Amino acid sequence: MTPLLALESNTGYVAGAYLVFVLLLLIYVAIMAAKLQRIQRELGSLAELADRPSGRGGGRNATQVGDRDQEIQAVRQGGQR
Amino acid sequence: MANALRSITLRRLAVATVLVLGAGFALAFFYAPEDADQGFIQKIFYLHVPLATAALLGWIVAAIWAIQHLRTGDPKYDARSYVSIHISVIFGLAVLLTGAIWAKGSWGVWWEWKEPTLVSFLIVFLLYATYYPLRYAIEDRERQARYSSVFAITAGAFVPLNFLAVRLAEPLIHPRTFSSTGGLPDSMLFAFVVCLAGMALLWTTLVWFELDAKSASGNLSKIRRALEATA
Repeated sequence: MTPLLALESNTGYVAGAYLVFVLLLLIYVAIMAAKLQRIQRELGSLAELADRPSGRGGGRNATQVGDRDQEIQAVRQGGQR
Repeated sequence: MANALRSITLRRLAVATVLVLGAGFALAFFYAPEDADQGFIQKIFYLHVPLATAALLGWIVAAIWAIQHLRTGDPKYDARSYVSIHISVIFGLAVLLTGAIWAKGSWGVWWEWKEPTLVSFLIVFLLYATYYPLRYAIEDRERQARYSSVFAITAGAFVPLNFLAVRLAEPLIHPRTFSSTGGLPDSMLFAFVVCLAGMALLWTTLVWFELDAKSASGNLSKIRRALEATA
């Protein structure tokens, strides 16, 4: 093998090793970003719920209570995905 | 140490990681000379060895957190131990992959079963790979944390023992870590130390990042439970 060929093939191995490292790091960051997005979504839903009047002593009727329960259930299911 | 670490923000840590690791790789490619024996392929050394060192030290750190968890019963130490093992397993996978690429380029084979350094690292890696099924096979949170801590301490004690056994064993083709870096020229040693510092910072940043994400997720669960209780 000539020195030039050796250098060329070695460059590929070095690039490959560093690319594997970067790829693993990117996969990890992508997975974590997806998790953070889910947390963000859930937080948004909870914040919306918190902004609404709780209804305690505020004349909340049975339909409103049912709606809120359904929303909490939806948030809970979203968090479990 | 925990208080000192807490005072540094994750963002600052991430910026420091990028700067130090970037500087380390730049030094490895543009400052450190090419190895007389191996030539350009030796540049993998500046990635492979710091990764391996960070992974092994990370498993020992996980064992220390696990001891803290068993002593205090505080679940935050279990979370730290779990995340330390998790990040070290990812680093360990990178060590195996980059090592295989280096082996193929240098020795002509992807793997050498007769080399104690390679096989022992694989054993340690596979040992930690069994941590996940063990942990998630236990449903009760308290028992899960306790058993995981016992595993982390036992496996963590195995890491330095394994390192010592490899040092005592006859090397085949893989150079002995640290005995080989001790003979490095100053410029190579400097680049290596900067890469090692960068990799240690990367490990710390990722552990911190995942702990923050876990903490946020836990807090959300608490809020959700509170809302359910008031509904």
